[in-house]
Amino acid sequence: MPAVSKGDGMRGLAVFISDIRNCKSKEAEIKRINKELANIRSKFKGDKALDGYSKKKYVCKLLFIFLLGHDIDFGHMEAVNLLSSNRYTEKQIGYLFISVLVNSNSELIRLINNAIKNDLASRNPTFMGLALHCIANVGSREMAEAFAGEIPKILVAGDTMDSVKQSAALCLLRLYRTSPDFVPMGDWTSRVVHLLNDQHLGVVTAATSLITTLAQKNPEEFKTSVSLAVSRLSRIVTSASTDLQDYTYYFVPAPWLSVKLLRLLQCYPPPEDAAVRGRLTECLETILNKAQEPPKSKKVQHSNAKNAVLFEAISLIIHHDSEPNLLVRACNQLGQFLQHRETNLRYLALESMCTLASSEFSHEAVKTHIETVINALKTERDVSVRQRAVDLLYAMCDRSNAQQIVAEMLNYLETADYSIREEIVLKVAILAEKYAVDYTWYVDTILNLIRIAGDYVSEEVWYRVIQIVINRDDVQGYAAKTVFEALQAPACHENLVKVGGYILGEFGNLIAGDPRSSPLIQFNLLHSKFHLCSVPTRALLLSTYIKFVNLFPEIKTTIQDVLRSDSQLKNADVELQQRAVEYLRLSTIASTDILATVLEEMPPFPERESSILAKLKKKKGPGTVTDLEEIKKERNSDVNGGTESTPVNASTVSTPSPSADLLGLGAAPLTSSSPPPSTTGSLLVDVFSDSASVVAPLAPGSEDNFASPDLASSEVVSEEPADTVHDADELIHKFVCKNNGVLFENQLLQIGLKSEFRQNLGRMFIFYGNKTSTQFLNFTPTLICSDELQSSLNLQTKPVDPTVDGGAQVQQVVNIECISDFMEAPILNIQFRYGGTFQNISVKLPITLNKFFQPTEMASQDFFQRWKQLSNPQQEMQNIFKAKHPMDTEITKAKIIGFGSALLEEVDPNPANFVGAGIIHTKTTQIGCLLRLEPNLQAQMYRLTLRTSKETVSQRLCELLSEQF
Amino acid sequence: MIKAILIFNNHGKPRLSKFYQRYSEDTQQQIIRETFHLVSKRDENVCNFLEGGLLIGGSDNKLIYRHYATLYFVFCVDSSESELGILDLIQVFVETLDKCFENVCELDLIFHVDKVHNILSEMVMGGMVLETNMNEIVTQIDAQNKLEKSETFIFQSPRQDR
Repeated sequence: MPAVSKGDGMRGLAVFISDIRNCKSKEAEIKRINKELANIRSKFKGDKALDGYSKKKYVCKLLFIFLLGHDIDFGHMEAVNLLSSNRYTEKQIGYLFISVLVNSNSELIRLINNAIKNDLASRNPTFMGLALHCIANVGSREMAEAFAGEIPKILVAGDTMDSVKQSAALCLLRLYRTSPDFVPMGDWTSRVVHLLNDQHLGVVTAATSLITTLAQKNPEEFKTSVSLAVSRLSRIVTSASTDLQDYTYYFVPAPWLSVKLLRLLQCYPPPEDAAVRGRLTECLETILNKAQEPPKSKKVQHSNAKNAVLFEAISLIIHHDSEPNLLVRACNQLGQFLQHRETNLRYLALESMCTLASSEFSHEAVKTHIETVINALKTERDVSVRQRAVDLLYAMCDRSNAQQIVAEMLNYLETADYSIREEIVLKVAILAEKYAVDYTWYVDTILNLIRIAGDYVSEEVWYRVIQIVINRDDVQGYAAKTVFEALQAPACHENLVKVGGYILGEFGNLIAGDPRSSPLIQFNLLHSKFHLCSVPTRALLLSTYIKFVNLFPEIKTTIQDVLRSDSQLKNADVELQQRAVEYLRLSTIASTDILATVLEEMPPFPERESSILAKLKKKKGPGTVTDLEEIKKERNSDVNGGTESTPVNASTVSTPSPSADLLGLGAAPLTSSSPPPSTTGSLLVDVFSDSASVVAPLAPGSEDNFASPDLASSEVVSEEPADTVHDADELIHKFVCKNNGVLFENQLLQIGLKSEFRQNLGRMFIFYGNKTSTQFLNFTPTLICSDELQSSLNLQTKPVDPTVDGGAQVQQVVNIECISDFMEAPILNIQFRYGGTFQNISVKLPITLNKFFQPTEMASQDFFQRWKQLSNPQQEMQNIFKAKHPMDTEITKAKIIGFGSALLEEVDPNPANFVGAGIIHTKTTQIGCLLRLEPNLQAQMYRLTLRTSKETVSQRLCELLSEQF
Repeated sequence: MIKAILIFNNHGKPRLSKFYQRYSEDTQQQIIRETFHLVSKRDENVCNFLEGGLLIGGSDNKLIYRHYATLYFVFCVDSSESELGILDLIQVFVETLDKCFENVCELDLIFHVDKVHNILSEMVMGGMVLETNMNEIVTQIDAQNKLEKSETFIFQSPRQDR
């Protein structure tokens, strides 16, 4: 017998619906609906009390009207009244109305809650079920507040019916999701875990869902669920399917519950107990084995259910990432599915393989499927599947196959669906950058990207290519040549004009020697695009022109003519007008030297996380394949109860540094009586705009190019796990006069530094870059100070994440406090696992006494007066040494300033000499320092004299500075 | 978690909409339209999963759907649900409807909105799967109908009905 017999519907409702369906036009429909709404409204407002049947009928009509997309602004009160009826039919329709048309009207909520409370207490399982459904469907905070305490009791009470328990479990889960703060943990939690043993599989399924969510936030509390879940799973998987009666679905025993149990187990690391672990492995193997058995039914439902369990098992195997044997089997299974005739399975296989690709055990195995995946990209009819193929190619990409994958993605981009083009562009840009061995390839790839899909190339992408070209001088000439050629195309994308304009403005001189790309030709080429471009691009081109004035004085007049034309000088756009006016004026009045300084080549950009990567993350949201690694990490850290940030520091942590943030750095220590330093203004400057990059243009010969790691790598390359400290003092000397740069680099790891010091405090950012495509595990950097050093230097830092993904960079902040003057440098020891091998690297961290210098300006008279005061032989330290670098006045000046002291001009009677003054700040004292450097050009020698109030300080500063010239 | 369950016909006429996450009435209608637009343009024999539209929360959510004769059944779910599992659930839902209505067709859904909601609420509650065993669901529905019948028998007065 059918459960709903067709004759017993409400006739009035049927008539109304038929009327609506017969309406010939939208207008007629609206008219009919309005008529009905008026009818219902008058019935509700009428004096005559409506019987339950009529109320039900009218509420059904309202539901139907709502479904058609019309707002319902009345009837709530009638629905609430139905709740308190004793008759199931009326109560049920009342609850239905409320859960479809919730209204946050507080007065109503109070009435609804009241009705729910009565029903929960009624001990009538049907009514309790209705009430629990309503709470779960509405799930508001008010309801959570009212019932979150009550529901756990219903859930674990011994006499609760199975169906009510089922509803209570899910109801509690819903409330926990919306308002976890109202759901108290307590005695009931252990009893909920034991529901995993319940006779009724429906109860077990609901309880598993609940426990999975609770365990993500309170892993300790629900730890015991692991062994129970494993044994339940094992009973299901190994049972003959008939044992589970109704929960067997198309010959698959309890597939839904199996999936839920496997999800629950993904909240935890592999079980520690060997027996449990063994049993779980057995289950997973059985599931994998069953996939190879012939199907018990030809129906698609059978294979669906079976594969739902299989995919979840594979997810668990990937999550545990600990059994190479299972991982390889999982990978092979997915490989089979990649070629399956069912589109759904191909889709899911691609998706699962994405996560598998990040496992170190199976990355290589995944890579073997590259041809199949590329083929999928070319031949799949379904855009959803193609998109997964793109994701997988992105995930499996490493140095070995980057060129092939990028080429295939570019190919695909030409015909890709518009909806996913931008994402592919971002992915190509990231891969091209990450795996570029040869940066000419990178430049070609990005220009291709702009050519093929210029409209989808976001600003981040073209900003990034410029950053990279500016930071790598080996590619600048090639980039200039390539953009010049690309610009020859009669129609080129505006993004190409931007890139071309910027790059030629910086590096056009590198190709100007070729008569085919002479300055005038370059200029005419760019200017031919000018009028077709938008305002921002034109503004950029104007800047290029003024840069040309500096690079190519021979075309100055041509450019001035262009700037002077009415279309520029009187341009309606103020930005363009202003640029034209200012640039014209600048080119007219400034001397060549000033022009050269103002229009100097851009300094290298600081290394940060690629803005493109950030954009992709933002675009894809946190829950997607590209971020799976992070999600996994998050889950793990949840399970372990969150990672505590404790200072892991070898040095004694006596007083916590007051510098909680960058700005606090300057504000806190001003208690000292010394006059505030004259350069306080720079305090607010972005931490990355440090003095080093300011110094750079002054000293064009100095090679502190942070972004070109090759320089550093030629100094220190060490592959073997070494316990020795790398090139000890060499490195220290490299950083004496600057705060930023590459500290260390080998084939695996690059360590970059940025630091900032103020009085006796400092902050150092250490950047660890994983140069490989494989994760570093157990990555632990430690700072080591000798006992002596510990008493003078206080270092504080937080541990970094122990896994560093391939190609990723992690940052560590060290807060530094100088207690008293010191001689040695702290040692940075880094240990990690790469592949199977243990790596151990130690480098000296360039924190030197001169970092705590504050420059002091003084006049000639003052200087010599103090000089004389410090005439005690212990106070003076002198060193005569041979010049190790060309004796260039400007470089020397830059170095003295970089060293930290003020450079005093016109103090020494001999203009060839350099004198400086400053104060070393420590927590205990301040030490005034004077220095004098006398070069002898003929002998290529220097004499350096340091006078300070403290012998050790004179000695140390003299040592440090002597190495610089 | 299941965010929404939508049923609409080949022309995009909604036949059931159930949202487990709060959206304004306007947004609900827009989501229905957007979802119809996304799903209806797909060929037969492509896969049953696709990324959700912007309104329902973008690529964090998946649309899992099946197309039966004149009707689309679409479940919008987040990443915590098994795709194939949900596909099975749709099948269970349809089979249950078929049992309850005897060869269910679009008209049954139109004229018995309340019944369809009832059946659904035996399977999905607050966005979570409550029951997947069809016999259990049908038993519950039968019990409800008996209750209803007994009440109708006592109280309903056969009179003019508009």
